Amino acid sequence: MEQTEQEKQKNVFKSILEQLNIPKQCRRNGLSLWQCPQFLFVLMGFIICATALGSYFIGTRYVADPPLMAVIVLFITGFLFVIAVLIIRSFERLAEANRMKSEFVSVVSHQLRSPLSNLSWSVDFLVSNNFGKILEEQKEYFNILEENIKRMNELVSDLLIVSRIQSTDLPLNREEFAPEQNIHRAISEFKSFAEASNVKIKLEAEENLPKIFADSRQFDQIIKNFIDNGIKYSKGGGEIKISVKKQGKNLYFEIKDNGIGIPEEDQKYIFQKFFRSKNVLTHETQGSGLGLFIAKSAIERSGGKVGFKSQLNKGTVFWFTLPIKK
Amino acid sequence: MGEKKILFVEDESALQKAFGDFLRQRGYKVISAVDGEQAVRLAKTEQPDLILLDLILPRKNGFEVLEILKQDSLTQEIPVIVLTNLEEMENIEKALNLGATTYLIKANYSLEEVLAKVEKALEA
Repeated sequence: MEQTEQEKQKNVFKSILEQLNIPKQCRRNGLSLWQCPQFLFVLMGFIICATALGSYFIGTRYVADPPLMAVIVLFITGFLFVIAVLIIRSFERLAEANRMKSEFVSVVSHQLRSPLSNLSWSVDFLVSNNFGKILEEQKEYFNILEENIKRMNELVSDLLIVSRIQSTDLPLNREEFAPEQNIHRAISEFKSFAEASNVKIKLEAEENLPKIFADSRQFDQIIKNFIDNGIKYSKGGGEIKISVKKQGKNLYFEIKDNGIGIPEEDQKYIFQKFFRSKNVLTHETQGSGLGLFIAKSAIERSGGKVGFKSQLNKGTVFWFTLPIKK
Repeated sequence: MGEKKILFVEDESALQKAFGDFLRQRGYKVISAVDGEQAVRLAKTEQPDLILLDLILPRKNGFEVLEILKQDSLTQEIPVIVLTNLEEMENIEKALNLGATTYLIKANYSLEEVLAKVEKALEA
């Protein structure tokens, strides 16, 4: 019994310590220090104390009536404190709203997935000729069903990834690997889509490239995203050139297409989530507007940079870097 | 050898029908369980050759079922394929650590692909 009592005390002590570990609490909420209510509150406290002490010293030196000064100091302190509480309250509410939004997306997309797999497998079962031969006319409709289920699935997956990026619980499994293989694999995966869209994909890699240190699965996602965009927005034919070279402590990747380009007024929004450029909407209605957002956060989380250059109706060059060593 | 017996643990009736019927057509004997407790009971009494296990289940969740099955000498040898829509890394690791043979995310697999995994697990 004694031990459990001791343990209880230990736990209480631990939870108090945890409460005081402000940086950890801020990280848990996915906020940087300067956006974190707990940290700001403590900072504000210090400022209030400093102001109070400062006014007191000034008062004792230059003001004839110390009691009056004390009242003034008290008043200022109280005023600052009220403002502090108000500011922190609103921060807390914002943080809570943000957390709830992420949670909402995550719950909704999990809930969406079950009926989607039901649909997908039921259609699978129907298509597998188990109830006799399917007529050509019916096949077309089954294709539409399958196609749309797939689209919906992709959208839900993207939403899940985004909500996990925001709640910062997307694990980053970094390892050393040679990216050329991943790129080759991605290109071959897009072979039929590229052929159907009359797009050629070429890879130009410098010889003896070093390995990069990043999450290999996320790298696949990044590169596929850029290729997919390149093909989609190539308006009926063109070429996508992927080049890789060493640049200082990084590998530099470039994906160049000669597609429809991004209008200048849309360029600053291109990495924002759910953003889709106006000219894209006239060419290609599918797409969630999440791909580039996901790619950007994956690259930056691995310690790389990303950017692009684009000219309307001439094409777009996306580039990104990833570090070579740990 | 006779036909192989598969215990399919899934609370969604639509999936029970679609995938259950599919397996039956491919010559498997399929026993259905719609919650965790029923799954444990049927695993013991029916002694299936393979268990397909969802994770989000009423009464007992998939992890609890898996833990019980792997601790009971009657059922610990039966291969378990986890079939779920939870794709968080920690869930995958947890299930594999508890002794699941394979972990499949429903949304990423077609019927035929799941069947291939079932066949592979039965061969092993």
